[in-house]
Amino acid sequence: MARPRLPFEFLIALRFLREGRMQTALILLGVTGGVAVIVFLSQLISQLQATIIDRVLGSQAHVVVRPLEEANQRARTDPQFATIIEPRAQRLRSVDQWEAVVRLAESQPRVVAVSPVVSGPAFAVRGRASKSVALVGVDPDRYRRIVKMDTYMTRGAFQVEGTGAIIGIELAKDLGVGVGDKLFLRAAGGRDELLHITGLFDIGNKDLNRRWVFTTMKLAQSLLDLPGGVSNIDVTVADIFDAKEVAERLQAASGLTVESWMTTNSQLLAALRNQSVSNNLIRSFVIVIVALGISSVLVVSVVQKQKEIGILRAMGTSSNRIMGVFLLQGALVGFVGALSGVALAWGLLNFFSTIYRSGDGAPIFQPELDPAIALSAAGIALLVGLVAALIPARRAAKMDPVQAIRA
Amino acid sequence: MTAAIISLRGLRKSYGVGTPVETEVLHGLDLDLAEGEFCALIGPSGSGKSTLLNLVGLLEAPTSGELAIAGQSTTGLDEQALTVLRGRTIGFVFQFHHLLPAFTALENVMMPSIIMHGVATAEAESVANDLLKRVGLTGHEYKKASQLSGGQQQRVAIARALSLSPRLILADEPTGNLDTQTADDIFALLREFNRERGSACLIVTHDPRLAARCDRRIELIDGRLAAAARMPQPA
Ligand SMILES: Nc1ncnc2c1ncn2[C@@H]1O[C@H](COP(=O)(O)OP(=O)(O)O)[C@@H](O)[C@H]1O
Ligand SMILES: [Mg+2]
Repeated sequence: MARPRLPFEFLIALRFLREGRMQTALILLGVTGGVAVIVFLSQLISQLQATIIDRVLGSQAHVVVRPLEEANQRARTDPQFATIIEPRAQRLRSVDQWEAVVRLAESQPRVVAVSPVVSGPAFAVRGRASKSVALVGVDPDRYRRIVKMDTYMTRGAFQVEGTGAIIGIELAKDLGVGVGDKLFLRAAGGRDELLHITGLFDIGNKDLNRRWVFTTMKLAQSLLDLPGGVSNIDVTVADIFDAKEVAERLQAASGLTVESWMTTNSQLLAALRNQSVSNNLIRSFVIVIVALGISSVLVVSVVQKQKEIGILRAMGTSSNRIMGVFLLQGALVGFVGALSGVALAWGLLNFFSTIYRSGDGAPIFQPELDPAIALSAAGIALLVGLVAALIPARRAAKMDPVQAIRA
Repeated sequence: MTAAIISLRGLRKSYGVGTPVETEVLHGLDLDLAEGEFCALIGPSGSGKSTLLNLVGLLEAPTSGELAIAGQSTTGLDEQALTVLRGRTIGFVFQFHHLLPAFTALENVMMPSIIMHGVATAEAESVANDLLKRVGLTGHEYKKASQLSGGQQQRVAIARALSLSPRLILADEPTGNLDTQTADDIFALLREFNRERGSACLIVTHDPRLAARCDRRIELIDGRLAAAARMPQPA
């Protein structure tokens, strides 16, 4: 054993903490638990939210541009019928001057991809089986940046040309067809075409796996009687939460109907927001409880260490440095508790990710730790430790050294 | 006459100022203690000896009067300045040895230096080792203070008081709860360091034998100094 190497405040703070073993263990436990709860909850919620958003946006464009609603248009052109607005029987219409709208969308800030889409109702027929489907004519190079079709392909590539078609695995099963087979498609207007299947996809959504039939834009235009037109324009934005703003700007600029995923999924968004609010509430409670715990234990420690404080003062320690010693104790338990709390959260995440699995056996969340969450929790713990130590530290600084020495 | 390490003029101390139980403990003391003087402070229990030592040690502020330490007036000094003056000039030996129980004997002796320099220096370590040797505690350096006997703890306390070679040592009944033999040893140690380093000592004691061995005796009765005690006496 040699002379102590630590600076005075560290030396005293650490020795005081070591001396009050039980109390120190108790606050460390409290901070560890608190940090673990916060990290675990934040990580879990952010992951679940990301998963939900991912599922919703996995098969949906961030922003969709459509022709003006039928109803609106009729009301505008035919004022005397304004009171009996009813959506008319569906008739496909094209987006006016869609090439210009595509260019307009592409020129908007924060827009990363734009894809014109020709889609409409049709029937897929094979033998006596007939299934109602949605014909989707796309330019695959553009569309794969709207919906990540490449990652969903189970057979073949996401490429269409000529009479080639890509269908979902459910439709393939229902009709008993596969890659290389032929598929007869009849559009609602009566036009038909014999397609041949070049690929299968699985979007992870049975309904879409049953409904979507991808072809070239040209083929869809002729089947749906939409020569040279497109039914809608899909847009991807850089940050998904920019979608609403981009949609509003695009609507103002184009005069068309523009909807963002945030409007069409407003209930989901509200639910996510509520979840975040309750998470923040839990966090605040935990922080307050941990702070009170640290504070009360340190207050007791100040009283217990009254004599030592008096001795240190008599030997030339200023009251500010005594305060520093107790602030440091708070910061130290905050820091160490944060480290062990993050470790505990990591353990919990691993444990629960093996326990909670979705129907198909896959874990519903990954045992991953976002460094930003871990760091901010550690920072908060450090800060809480400091703030919680403030009252005890001031008490220690104000303590009369003579009282301690006379006793 | 040598320069005064302690100089008191009309020093008063009251407790409970502004309350119904306000009591004056020291009633205007005048006293000079010369550099290097070895002086006993005697008097009955409750006469204000500890109070006087705490005032001189800058642990408490007088209610009125003048107090100068090492030629520096303490009137109007803030806590920071008082702390610096105390740390540089004064070493304390308390009746109940008052060591830091969680620290080793060596660390306790180094503590005044650690406080002054912020860290334990190699020089402070060798000084502390020498001092522990001088007080007969070789081999006990790394024992926790709480594991030492009363006499050993008081020796550590003396080594600690001397570690920064202070110009003034204030000892409040340093042998109060020790057996006669140990008390004699402790007293002898203080005397030795006083001769060797010229540190002035003000020692509160109830033991007339020990008081007789000091250069000078000051008697405090009911908060007043006995007339003969006021000025330094030729050694
Ligand atoms: N903090 C205090 N508040 C009120 N009275 C005190 C306080 N400290 C000491 N006294 C009183 O001052 C008087 C002198 O005490 P003290 O200096 O300890 O005497 P001695 O050391 O000579 O025995 C005693 O009557 C004691 O009760
Ligand atoms: Mg006393």
